[in-house]
Amino acid sequence: MAATFAALIALVAVYVVYFLESAPATVSAAVMNSDGSANLTIQTVGSYGRHPFPDWVSYMVKNQSGKWIHSTIWKLPPHTLIHVTVTQYDSQTGLRNNFLGQIRGTVGGVASYTTTGQTGKGSGLPAYNNTSLSVLPPALAAHTFTVPDLDLSVPLVGISNATTNICAVAPCTPNFAHTTIRFSFKTPGPGSYRWQCLVPCAFAFLYGFGGPMQTIGYMDGLLEVA
Amino acid sequence: MSTRPGSESGGGPRHGVRIFIAWGVLTAILEALVIWVVGPHIPPKRISSASGAEHEVDVFLTYGAVPVLSLIWVYFGYAVTYFRAPSGDASDGPPLTGNSRVQAIWLGLTTFLVLALAITGTFDLLDNAGAGSGEGSNPLSKPANVGKALQVQVIGQQWLWTFRYPSYGGVETTHLVVPVGRQIEFHVTSLDVVHSFWAIELGVKADAVPGADNVAFVRPYQTGSFQVRCDELCGLWHGHMNTTGRVVSASQFNSWIHSTVKKYAGVTKYLPPYSLTYYPQPIRNAT
Repeated sequence: MAATFAALIALVAVYVVYFLESAPATVSAAVMNSDGSANLTIQTVGSYGRHPFPDWVSYMVKNQSGKWIHSTIWKLPPHTLIHVTVTQYDSQTGLRNNFLGQIRGTVGGVASYTTTGQTGKGSGLPAYNNTSLSVLPPALAAHTFTVPDLDLSVPLVGISNATTNICAVAPCTPNFAHTTIRFSFKTPGPGSYRWQCLVPCAFAFLYGFGGPMQTIGYMDGLLEVA
Repeated sequence: MSTRPGSESGGGPRHGVRIFIAWGVLTAILEALVIWVVGPHIPPKRISSASGAEHEVDVFLTYGAVPVLSLIWVYFGYAVTYFRAPSGDASDGPPLTGNSRVQAIWLGLTTFLVLALAITGTFDLLDNAGAGSGEGSNPLSKPANVGKALQVQVIGQQWLWTFRYPSYGGVETTHLVVPVGRQIEFHVTSLDVVHSFWAIELGVKADAVPGADNVAFVRPYQTGSFQVRCDELCGLWHGHMNTTGRVVSASQFNSWIHSTVKKYAGVTKYLPPYSLTYYPQPIRNAT
């Protein structure tokens, strides 16, 4: 009886430790500029490629040392202009709600898009070269970076679905097919603000809305403004 | 009860009379508190036809619950005080033989309360155009001026609310703004899983079901803001699926809607034609 009880306690303890360890760490992600603004560098990958869910789509973030970290909880300074650079390695899924093609909440209501690799006619990917858009054609989107409480939403253009040079293991490097999206926004006062991708992009899940779409550390996260 | 020590049949204190008096006094005090102190603050606020009716029903329910609650408290307190076994008395208590008169009163009173509440609620749903509740795609109860109602489509998706205004080119926005004094006809639907559109102070609650059009009516009669929440567990960020709506004057609404139409003209051309549902299209799986 005592041995069974001890085994149960041990199992619970293992589960608790596993649960706590599986929570992503908070990453100080803002690299401050001399003018008081800050840079935030992130990437989206079609498959994380590593334990425990190698086939899950995910975000990653670069910390202040320039190292890619697999976390979606990012610490940012309050009342600061944040210049965001997203390197996007996933293919186009398209928006379920086309309204999300609208760029909202950024400085000027726009984002800058650059596409590389296979672009132009037949590729399904327009040639963007630091092209400023207020609306991304919904079919081109791979993901969104959306912070509902800030009314901030930027659709991320996907790489051509025809390309074969796809990154399969994160963190990805620019020699793989990718797009680049840049935008700026101002952080509010201190607080915890949830963000998420609003494209149903979870491969092999019903309607694309499971697994990484429901898990902090992949396509959901928090902006810890402090 | 009639066989307890010191009962009326035994010539002791008249417990029934004492309990009845204490109950009456406590009920009078509590009802006064409900009327003048608690009642005005019982949610939701009275800013619309639906929330006003809901407030009245909630107040009525509280009035009805107070006598029941006070009877339980008084009887419990009295029993603990006067029916306590003496210290060291380990003997069994007297057998309970029941009291058909008490049972009949209890059954009759509670039946009356339940039926009164059911009739009140049903009457309000039918007489008040559903009282803010989702009535499905073919509402049983419609307001008299339904043809002049402003249609607003509420679209839920994990985890964001958006709103379309079909009479203004089908423009879609994340902001819910409605004019005061005008009948609003919400058409609630979802793009993925089941959500529930709950505009708290407006008194509107309607499930958002993919492939279904759920209609709810309301007439705001006071400007101000109201909270919108999802009231159906819908995944990771369910608890954060909220926003703030506004009831504004007619002129403010006109100004806002026309600026919104202009602001979102670029994306509106990509929206599917206005439809009461968008399921199963557009459905895109991650591939």
